[in-house]
Amino acid sequence: MTEALELPLWLELVTAALLLTASLFALIGALGLVRMKDYFQRMHPPALASTIGAWCVSLASIVYFSWVKQGPVLHAWLIPILLSITVPVTTLLLARAALFRKRMSGESVPEEVSSGRDRGN
Amino acid sequence: MTGLLANAILASLFIFAIAMALALVRLFRGPSAQDRVLALDYLYILAMLMMLVLGIRYASDTYFEGALLIALFGFVGSFALAKFLLRGEVIE
Repeated sequence: MTEALELPLWLELVTAALLLTASLFALIGALGLVRMKDYFQRMHPPALASTIGAWCVSLASIVYFSWVKQGPVLHAWLIPILLSITVPVTTLLLARAALFRKRMSGESVPEEVSSGRDRGN
Repeated sequence: MTGLLANAILASLFIFAIAMALALVRLFRGPSAQDRVLALDYLYILAMLMMLVLGIRYASDTYFEGALLIALFGFVGSFALAKFLLRGEVIE
């Protein structure tokens, strides 16, 4: 490892706490992904890793690199910003795909609201 | 870097690995195709976070670019797979 500047103890504590928080929330999300019963319930737990996990890891990265380089290093913000744009798109599309597939296979899901009106019922 | 931060980084990498293994369980066991796509998306996000943690571990900027690439390609992959599940074809 390169001989970087040593972090003071309180900054090490902050970084370590942020990293452990992020990883624990990612673990909780994975447990939810495995243990939940229904697909639409299982869509929720991955949001833990893409919100609080990504924010905590990027904050830890910002704190660490800002100290090591003795100046603000903010490029890790890009990750949560990018995730906050992309994750809702994939989640919405996956939910619509799941609803469509469940409807096609004849399970009891809510009725279509947009195109059902045109068929005159 | 003293022992505290190095140990915390190792512990968080280990917990991330356990989370990835659990997501892999859902990927293999998932009863429907959308479960597998969801688990793959989660694996992408966890891999990206692990890359950021590795960047802190080795005090290197290069891992950040890898994480950014994983985020972008993960989004494109999940989007294409969800679109395929919705319509049966990726580009209409």
